[in-house]
Amino acid sequence: MQIKIEGLTKKFGTMAALDNLNLELEDISSLAVIGPSGGGKTTLLRILAGLEIPDAGTVIMNGKAIDFSSEQSLMAHRRRIAMVFQAYNLFPHLTAFDNITLPLIKTRGVSHEEAKSRAETLLRQLGLAEHMNHSPTQLSGGQKQRVAIARALSLQPEILLFDEPTSALDPEITAEILDVINALRNEGRNIILVTHEIGFARHACSHVAFVSEGQVATHGESETLYTDSDSDEFRRFISRIIGWKV
Amino acid sequence: MKGSWKKSLPWLHALLAVLLIAAFFGFAGWQLQHRWQWSRLLDYRSKFAFGFSMTVVISFFSLILSLLIGILAAMGKRSEILFLRYFATAYIELIRGTPLLVQTIFFFYFIGTAYRLNNRYIMGILILSVFSGAYVSEIIRSGLESIPSAQLETARSLCFTKQQTYRYIVIPQVSRIVLPPLTGQFASLIKDSSILSLIAVNEFTKNVQEVDSITFTSFENYILLAAGYLVLTLPISLITRHLERKMSYAN
Ligand SMILES: Nc1ncnc2c1ncn2[C@@H]1O[C@H](COP(=O)(O)OP(=O)(O)OP(=O)(O)O)[C@@H](O)[C@H]1O
Ligand SMILES: [Mg+2]
Repeated sequence: MQIKIEGLTKKFGTMAALDNLNLELEDISSLAVIGPSGGGKTTLLRILAGLEIPDAGTVIMNGKAIDFSSEQSLMAHRRRIAMVFQAYNLFPHLTAFDNITLPLIKTRGVSHEEAKSRAETLLRQLGLAEHMNHSPTQLSGGQKQRVAIARALSLQPEILLFDEPTSALDPEITAEILDVINALRNEGRNIILVTHEIGFARHACSHVAFVSEGQVATHGESETLYTDSDSDEFRRFISRIIGWKV
Repeated sequence: MKGSWKKSLPWLHALLAVLLIAAFFGFAGWQLQHRWQWSRLLDYRSKFAFGFSMTVVISFFSLILSLLIGILAAMGKRSEILFLRYFATAYIELIRGTPLLVQTIFFFYFIGTAYRLNNRYIMGILILSVFSGAYVSEIIRSGLESIPSAQLETARSLCFTKQQTYRYIVIPQVSRIVLPPLTGQFASLIKDSSILSLIAVNEFTKNVQEVDSITFTSFENYILLAAGYLVLTLPISLITRHLERKMSYAN
């Protein structure tokens, strides 16, 4: 996947959540976005998802610029991506199965049979075969997030976006979801992941971007970035987090 | 076990409650040395029945119309067009801020006369619907507000259009949420319809009042009147309770 972001700025009132952010990456498979709280990670991801309109700047993904000019053009962009949220955001009145099939049938024009087979296949792959007809209230956090991932995958998007998909989960379940995401990466899917799991970012994603104060303070291949980055802020951020790990 | 009597033998507790209420009214009757003349009411049973069914019919049509008005007003309040928002707000605040009695007289004698709407039944239904619609719209509005914005955003990210979001995400949830308060509102509507007797709509209260002016058996008549309304509202109240319980289990 290719990403080229130039001069991206987003203000809420007078506060700039993104302040002339630039990032250019060619031919990467997965990107982890890490950084301090309030740095602008979610805002960046929401712009990439076509859910937020920037005040200035351009975004090109795989050679195609996001056209922020109208709801229709944004809709066209949203068809290329699928987003997984921190709070799962399943529809509470629908079963796990219907959470997947409804968007397929209504917004992608997929036939009932095709939607059914995609949902069944994905739910089975993610170990949710017995939970197909359960409503979200009957599922645990990890199960809900797996349904949300299945919903995103069923759309067969060009790029998958994750916003802190494990932040609401226990450490053990976090590892389980990270395994799922890692498997997707191994399948060669394009993934952009906002995460606080800096270990996962380093070992499972090919590239890491460190976003702080509305800018990309540093970025690079995850192999080398953690050891070679010349950003003091990045090193402080990493050592502060590692300081509390076992 | 301390305090266990507070919950043991529920039927005994029920009996106690009934006895207390009976004693309260029994004492009043005994104090007044009232000679009950229930049999006199029998002569007017068809008149009672007519009034009662008229109340049911008026309440039914007012329910339908107030639902329609309530939905429109709730939509108006959420409209992007400022004028509609102001209009809906003014309607809701005016109606909720004034007594039904005042509205009834105002609409019937002033608006009704000015616009030559002189059918009492249609006016009665309109007045009740406009009144109840303001409350229905508030019920619907709070139902709509209970859908977290994250769901709307998720629908957006899944490429649902606005109409599809309402149809498949919002309305199925809101209709379940608003059902218990709406049935409660319907019970209020039935009771409130009694005020239409004021503009000579031939409903239950009006008929009982007419019988009363002949028989002068006010106690009997008004007890019957209260019982008639209870026959309609108690089952609704039970349904409401049931729906509320079902809702809280669902969550
Ligand atoms: N809708 C909004 N309205 C006002 N301010 C906002 C809004 N969304 C984000 N912000 C502000 O923009 C800044 C960046 O927020 P953002 O959510 O992008 O940070 P983040 O890096 O995702 O943080 P976290 O790690 O805590 O999730 C914050 O200061 C936040 O308060
Ligand atoms: Mg965030």
